[in-house]
Amino acid sequence: MPWDLSLILEYFPRFYSFALLTLQLTVMGILVGLILGLIFALLRISKFQGFSLPAKAYIWFVRGTPLLLQLWLIYYGLADIINIPRGPAAILALGIHNGAYIAEIFRGAILSIDRGQREAALSLGMTSWQAMKRIILPQAFKRSIPPLGNQFIIALKDTSLASTIGATELMMRTRQIGSSNFIMFELLMVAAIYYLIMTSILTFAVGKLEARLSISDHRV
Amino acid sequence: MITIKNVNKWYGKLQVLKDINVTVDKSEVVVIIGSSGSGKSTLLRCVNFLERPQKGRIHIDGKQIDPKGKNIHLIRQEVGMVFQHFNLFPHMTVLSNVIEGLTQVKKVSRAEAEEEGMALLEKVGLSDKATTYPAVISGGQKQRVAIARALAMHPKIMLFDEPTSALDPELVGGVLQVMKDLARDGMTMMVVTHEMGFAKEVADRVIYMDEGAIVEEGTPEEIFDNPKNERTQEFLGQIL
Repeated sequence: MPWDLSLILEYFPRFYSFALLTLQLTVMGILVGLILGLIFALLRISKFQGFSLPAKAYIWFVRGTPLLLQLWLIYYGLADIINIPRGPAAILALGIHNGAYIAEIFRGAILSIDRGQREAALSLGMTSWQAMKRIILPQAFKRSIPPLGNQFIIALKDTSLASTIGATELMMRTRQIGSSNFIMFELLMVAAIYYLIMTSILTFAVGKLEARLSISDHRV
Repeated sequence: MITIKNVNKWYGKLQVLKDINVTVDKSEVVVIIGSSGSGKSTLLRCVNFLERPQKGRIHIDGKQIDPKGKNIHLIRQEVGMVFQHFNLFPHMTVLSNVIEGLTQVKKVSRAEAEEEGMALLEKVGLSDKATTYPAVISGGQKQRVAIARALAMHPKIMLFDEPTSALDPELVGGVLQVMKDLARDGMTMMVVTHEMGFAKEVADRVIYMDEGAIVEEGTPEEIFDNPKNERTQEFLGQIL
């Protein structure tokens, strides 16, 4: 066999800290994405075109161009105007990228809430914003969780592209160590195991959250 | 208490309300009957501007509602509404549903609101369901919670939009009883319903609507025992 599988065990502990970097990048990117997603979902459903059109344009651009391009645009493209360090540039790009998809997830969930919910809230004398905040969004958020979990997993794997602008994360380190020691297969296996561990934990956590938030749906 | 003047409404080219004029006095119970598509629910929904008439004016307690204005939510606080499909908030417990308006709109403290909420649940016979979620109670119980939720705002007027139409027959009685109690306590009410027994017993005035217009209007005796209009006679003949 051309491969030395014992190298997997040998390198596994060393890669732990690189996996943490990837996780960090994922969490930060998702957080920025969630905030942007909520804002742009609300703008997108607004009847006022001054709000909805920019939101449409943002979603159109992000979904219609590759993440790699967006990443390079922010890191290399903006370098003439503002020099964003690799790490923050990667977080920003991942946040903007995921924000567009999360906005669509939230928008779909908000629109799926029965019209009567808003009417009941308004009939109590709530303002539109109160109805959105207290009645629509909590229910919409719950409905968003399964697709959000999916998006989080995509986001985690997408962090690997940050290696192309030199941001340190799992793939970057794998390539660096692999090429300087002439071992590629075993180290890619190590990286794969870490990715699988992280995506599995994420899937499990999202499932738990989903179960916890569905308490009010249980019929006894 | 409620003055509806020359109200007209169109959905596209279809005119669903034709020059409607209604006044409802304080403590009066007005029941609107008519077949589906007659505009009765639309009219009721116009009173708190869940639907906006294109023409006409509506005054609530002396205040004219400005359909474009910012005061609609203030007027809605004085007009409780009960829906055919309950529209309880599924993510909140029964008690939280009842006090949502108090804590969020009237900014009453949670403790105070809960005390009042429990009293209201007591009144509709559901204090034992306070901590459960709407998903686990029956339709009749849901509707009584919805009534309690509307009453918590101390409305001057209550609107009922086919409150028993989505209920199994054996659950209708409990909801009607709560409504009868309310009427007896002097609440001003507008009720869209197919419950003719309720109309006969509780209504001060019955309005029959057809094709977006008021066809006939009078006391329950006048409408049910002695309808003058042919269309009213035909409608009552079909359902009684």
